[in-house]
Amino acid sequence: MPWEVVIGLEVHVQLATQSKLFCACSTQFGAPPNSNVCAVCSGQPGVLPVLNEQAIVLALKLALATGGTIRRRSRFARKNYFYPDLPKGYQISQYDEPLAEHGAVEIWHEGQLRSVRLTRIHLEEDAGKNIHLATGAASLVDLNRAGVPLIEVVSEPDLRAPAEAAEYMRTLRGIVRALGICDGNLEQGSLRCDANISLRPWGQQALGTKVEIKNINSFRFVQKALEYEIERQSELLARGQAIQQETRQWSAEVGRTEAMRSKEEAHDYRYFPEPDLPPVEIDERLIESLRVALPELPLQRRQRLMEEGGLSDYDATELTRETELTDYYHLAVAAGGSPKRVANWMLTELLSRVDDARDVARAPVAPAGMAELLGLVESGKVSGKLAKDIWAKMWTSGGSALKIATDGDLFQQSDSAALEQAVRAVVEAHADRVAAYRAGKTKLMGWFVGQVMQATEGKANPKLVNTLLQQLLDG
Amino acid sequence: MEILELTATALAEQVRSKQLSAVEVARAYLARIAELDPILHAYITVDADGALEAARAIDARLARGEDVGALAGVPIALKDIFVTRGLRTTCGSRILADWVPPYEGMPSARLRAAGAVVLGKANMDEFAMGSSNENSAFGACRNPWDIERVPGGSSGGSAAAVAARLCLGALGTDTGGSIRQPAALCGAVGIKPTYGRVSRYGVIAFASSLDQVGPLARTTEDAAALLEVIAGHDPLDATSLPQPVGRYREACRRGVRGLRIGVPAEYFAAGLDPEIEGAVRAAIDELVGQGAELVEISLPHTKYAIATYYLLCTAEASSNLARYDGVRFGMRAARPQDLGDLYSRTRHDGFGPEVKRRIILGTFALSAGYYDAYYAKGQRVRTLIRQDFSQAFERCDAIVVPTSPITAFKLGERLDDPLQMYLADIYTISCNLAGLPGLSLPCGFSSQGLPIGLQVLGRPLGEEQVFAVAGAYEQAHDWHRRVPEVRR
Repeated sequence: MPWEVVIGLEVHVQLATQSKLFCACSTQFGAPPNSNVCAVCSGQPGVLPVLNEQAIVLALKLALATGGTIRRRSRFARKNYFYPDLPKGYQISQYDEPLAEHGAVEIWHEGQLRSVRLTRIHLEEDAGKNIHLATGAASLVDLNRAGVPLIEVVSEPDLRAPAEAAEYMRTLRGIVRALGICDGNLEQGSLRCDANISLRPWGQQALGTKVEIKNINSFRFVQKALEYEIERQSELLARGQAIQQETRQWSAEVGRTEAMRSKEEAHDYRYFPEPDLPPVEIDERLIESLRVALPELPLQRRQRLMEEGGLSDYDATELTRETELTDYYHLAVAAGGSPKRVANWMLTELLSRVDDARDVARAPVAPAGMAELLGLVESGKVSGKLAKDIWAKMWTSGGSALKIATDGDLFQQSDSAALEQAVRAVVEAHADRVAAYRAGKTKLMGWFVGQVMQATEGKANPKLVNTLLQQLLDG
Repeated sequence: MEILELTATALAEQVRSKQLSAVEVARAYLARIAELDPILHAYITVDADGALEAARAIDARLARGEDVGALAGVPIALKDIFVTRGLRTTCGSRILADWVPPYEGMPSARLRAAGAVVLGKANMDEFAMGSSNENSAFGACRNPWDIERVPGGSSGGSAAAVAARLCLGALGTDTGGSIRQPAALCGAVGIKPTYGRVSRYGVIAFASSLDQVGPLARTTEDAAALLEVIAGHDPLDATSLPQPVGRYREACRRGVRGLRIGVPAEYFAAGLDPEIEGAVRAAIDELVGQGAELVEISLPHTKYAIATYYLLCTAEASSNLARYDGVRFGMRAARPQDLGDLYSRTRHDGFGPEVKRRIILGTFALSAGYYDAYYAKGQRVRTLIRQDFSQAFERCDAIVVPTSPITAFKLGERLDDPLQMYLADIYTISCNLAGLPGLSLPCGFSSQGLPIGLQVLGRPLGEEQVFAVAGAYEQAHDWHRRVPEVRR
């Protein structure tokens, strides 16, 4: 591709407060339409906003975790525009004096650590939701979301590829979840992003004409939308056509971006300082107390898992994507599981059994249970294959690995005397194959092992079977 | 009739001691309203049932021996900008003609909690925009001293109702003089307290950084009593001040001995009616006679006040009035073609010409490319005006000036000339830009028998000094005792 891709993301993160940004209404997701609405968040005449200080605290945590510069005095502004889901006719947001600026998010992408600079982090209230009836007879407005606290995390145009943008968003999600400031539920809209993308000739400093893709709510769609845009814009440029500065939206149904509005019709938001709210003054002691209480972030955890447990890049990255996974891992290791075996088992057997990685916190098999099972495998008492059966039983009906193995007589047979009998029986029953083996078809060894395993209902220790077979056949 | 002549403080005392019942008082005032309001049109909504019910409740509580508060049984009018739960609140606009609010605002809630009885909602210029009350969508209110004249605006209904004994006290709002100017034109006492002294929760916003709630009353002490009730921090208004409320009633009797009274030359300039200048100068002499010290001061940026005010207030208004879009409450255009049509027809039909004019001006002042030249510059000038006052208050404790350059003018006289109309607030606007307390009280009558207002300005949270000056002057005169004879 002859063009360099330049991407910047604006990620909206819903803060995990109990109540809205400027009133006491609940922020609970999924409530019946317009049930979390009061005079303030529906913009009734005469109401005034009162800032939810918890939102400031949560936003500060992210600013600190990303190394941002916190303004001791920031300010809210009004962003004026008309839309039915915007009750007051303006959105209260931060404009020229945001809560924090600068800082960076480190992402691990394609085996490399990359730093994505942040422009700013600011607070704002969410709007409501318009619902258009399929019949076209009416449009309805649900204001449950109106006034829900969001932070907007604006990155510098430091990203260079769609997959990198998706990884950035994933990493940001990991950070906000580790900080406990956002539940990270993409499907509930807790994280949404607007992506800015432009193309420029390699080596050129100036940015190309930028296109904004609005309101993307999944990692996959960010990547797909950007991939689509790169192709669309490259084709236009290849034909010598100019890129139009515009806002587009990703349509998942048809798999492409579509124009929403062009720059010419773009809004003039007529920002001005919000007169109903005094400036936000941040106390240095608050900043310090939050700074010392910052938890370990996913990237640090990842590093630690690699160093302490000797995990691979891949395993460490995957296990630190969700706090619940990391916690499970630590508990399983603490209960005696070997780090690599736990990691491997988690990423295959555990994750295949949950819809969402976060569900492992409530998995029917606790970390100690997994450690116990892996211990049986480690000591050779249970074979890898039978371990999966035991795991399935633990998952569905509970119980300890040892008890299930005992009750079902699922222990690995490592008694050479008993096994030798089984091995001998197989060898004697298949004289023709033995002859073939001895004539040089050594690949038949696998077949013999299989026969012995079948005869012992999978309980035979495969290593031992191998040794015994070799002795008999070769000897 | 005797009930109607009692001051608020005296009446509350009689109700508390059961010499008078709250119901009797409410009936007397409702009868007066029935008689005169058809002429004056000081009310948009009279809530006779609600008033009698509230009065009965107060009497019942008194009968049970409960304390009913400092304003027991005091009948009051609320400018129709105050949100009242279950009682229609129009803000003088067609767009809210049928709006029945789902909640109660703080100033009225505090009055009710102190035992006041709300008689109804007073007439006003639409969304508090105007200096004559002629911008009310429900028809102009008239001046009780001469019904061919305006009561002033935008709290004209509140001022006229107080002056004509259609209530004993009233609440107004003052964005650029809307309490003090009509108080002056109707011969009432009106105070705009320090910005943030009274909660704006439940007060329909015009220009948020300038709006302030205040009482109108017949005497300074009544105004002080009302202010003591409504003032104070409100957690529902982030701009409300945390400082404790002063002792305003007591301050009215403090006297002016030793107080330094500032008189700025800029307020006695061309355009000031000579009769008003004479009355104000006589009032200053009176204060000096009582032991105040006269200090010449200068407020050099006064000449920019009106221009600054109209930039800032229209900018904020354009934003504050965006919520009247026909989606959630109030008027909605019938059968809109699409969203744009819903907005434009609702707002076209719902807003009057002055409101539209200010929305357009404010939208322009905030728009990209003009923000720095207008809004941002306006804010800088505002700072200069504020500094003028803080420098002046290093040399004096209160400033005494005229409230209005003219007495009540005739209905329609200035209606076609908005700029001329805007000049009616020339002496009151600076005080809002600086966030200071300002009080107007009667200081005489013109040769045509029209009231003249004296304005006292104070430092931020300097309400006590303001009341001290106003109280001292009031005790030496009986202008406030004159009752207009309302003639058809």
